[in-house]
Amino acid sequence: MRVNNHPEDDAPPIVVEGLVNRFGDFTVHEGLDLTVRRGEILGVVGGSGSGKSVLMRSIIGLQRPTAGRIDVLGRTITEVDLDQGIGVRRRWGVLFQGGALFSTLTVGENVEVPLKKFYPELDPKLRREIARYKVILTGLADSAVAKYPSELSGGMKKRAGLARALALDPELLFLDEPTAGLDPIGAAKFDRLTRELKETLGLTVFLITHDLDTLYEICDRVAVIADKKIIAVGTIPELIATKHPWIESYFNGPRGRAAHASHDRNQIGGDQAAWQTEVDG
Amino acid sequence: MQDAAQYTLDDDGDQGAADGARLVLSGPLTLARIAPLERALKKLTGTIHTVDLSAVDEIDTVGAWVVCRTAREHDADITGASEAAQRLLHSVQGIGAGGDLRPPRAPVWERVPLAVGDKVYAGRSGIYGVVAFFGQILIAWVSLARRPSRFPFKALVHQMELVGVTALPIIGLMSFLIGIVIAQQGSVQLEQFGAESLTVNLVGRITLRELGVLMTAIMVAGRSGSAFAAQLGTMKLTEEIDAMRTIGISPVEVLVIPRILAATFMMVLLGFYASAAAIIGGAVVGEVTLGIPFWTFLSRIQEVVPEHDLWVGLIKAPVFGLIVALAGCYHGLQVRGDSEEVGRRTTMAVVSAIFAVIVLDAFFAVFFTEIGWG
Repeated sequence: MRVNNHPEDDAPPIVVEGLVNRFGDFTVHEGLDLTVRRGEILGVVGGSGSGKSVLMRSIIGLQRPTAGRIDVLGRTITEVDLDQGIGVRRRWGVLFQGGALFSTLTVGENVEVPLKKFYPELDPKLRREIARYKVILTGLADSAVAKYPSELSGGMKKRAGLARALALDPELLFLDEPTAGLDPIGAAKFDRLTRELKETLGLTVFLITHDLDTLYEICDRVAVIADKKIIAVGTIPELIATKHPWIESYFNGPRGRAAHASHDRNQIGGDQAAWQTEVDG
Repeated sequence: MQDAAQYTLDDDGDQGAADGARLVLSGPLTLARIAPLERALKKLTGTIHTVDLSAVDEIDTVGAWVVCRTAREHDADITGASEAAQRLLHSVQGIGAGGDLRPPRAPVWERVPLAVGDKVYAGRSGIYGVVAFFGQILIAWVSLARRPSRFPFKALVHQMELVGVTALPIIGLMSFLIGIVIAQQGSVQLEQFGAESLTVNLVGRITLRELGVLMTAIMVAGRSGSAFAAQLGTMKLTEEIDAMRTIGISPVEVLVIPRILAATFMMVLLGFYASAAAIIGGAVVGEVTLGIPFWTFLSRIQEVVPEHDLWVGLIKAPVFGLIVALAGCYHGLQVRGDSEEVGRRTTMAVVSAIFAVIVLDAFFAVFFTEIGWG
């Protein structure tokens, strides 16, 4: 966790106002508004093709929106030249769906890339050490550091991608479907890791997911994209209380109910464990 | 707030120098500011008994890592850490520093024999692969011959369009220019014997026998052979080919056979078309610089070029087309692993196709001369 002394740090890290994204005749977003609070894990949900990834790409400046204003960490992304250094790239980390590791570099070298780019003055030895402990922090084994991406499984690639996203100790972390394609055990571990990292490093996390368990377990708030805008933001009980038909069918469908039930069970188990440690301590 | 991370050594006089000093760190211990401090800390000698963090106002995992490492190297305790700093220190504590980011590299005397051995094995599996590929094509032919209704006519026509029709402009232009160059350069040399009129023989015979077909084969290898390898390679990566197998469709029947047939057949037409374009190019040079009228040039071609020159070209063309298509499809289907492999296999397809075409062309040249088609 950083001890923050910067005045701008109290402002929300991401503010999206009146975002419009249009591809030809096809409108993805029409007047979308969203504010992400500092230090929260915000889950973003929506049907397939509802524009979750487009929203993330707009926020991180991979795509120029048709209209609207996006402020990230005090910079107006919609007004800067995206091919230039925009000053905030070293303060965020992005995990793409498949990990998007550079295939010609080992895992460790992948993590080194942003360090080399943004902090060339670092001692090479320290840089290697940083790359190494980041990889291990994300739960990969020691031996994975010197492996190439093609030698890793899907889950390991995601962890390695997360290590690269965390390379610069960012304040803001973007995760695009981090648990998609992982087995339930791997997905649960990844969720726990995200939560731990958020608490230890004081991250703000923007998380796109289809995984209802992830939403219940780790998200502080959930934003729902439908009808080309964010129709609701809040905790899951608040969302269900809105009685919007899409939200209802999303959370009250068979999968939603199962995730809710398992969350309740874990809550009880978790409290039990916390109580246990207190007694032990 | 200070701009850079700093340190001071406090000697704790009353405890005596034997215990060592207290290292007091201050300022922001973050990735952006830590580089100079880290360099200075590494040069520290002498014993340090405590690392004091109470004056640190900002810390991230990199700062925690440097603190942990320094404490470990000097066998010192860490004091004055805030709750947040403690959590960071705890998360990086147990992690060792050693190790390289690259897999270890074997010494040269091991690497060279290893590389040679790998090449030998790759050569062997290459031979197996080619034989297996020919076998698959043979099987596909047999099964298509048994059930002609399954023949992929649509794919064949589509590939013929891609290989043949869309190549017409570029091959026409290329051959036309080659005809111009041969006629122009040839006439300069022949002029020295006063034999400019033999330019007609030169252009007619060399384009029909050799260059028309050879240049077309190289162009088709670059255009279509590479496309075959890249298409099939990508389909292999996206598991499209596996999907076909599970449905019971033979990928060789629906993908390879139409491509091979299309390239073989279209090479004959393209080769002839290229020769014609080259002759027209020669005729233009004749008209403009040699004083041979355009139509006279063309009718002279008929008189001076023996008929078997045309057959030489037309016999070579389908063989070259077949080789180009086989190389493209074979390398495409050999793709495994990642997207880098697609690029490598595409290159190999084009290089091996052009090489094989040129080697075979040399054999053809000797062969046709031997049978009296000189």
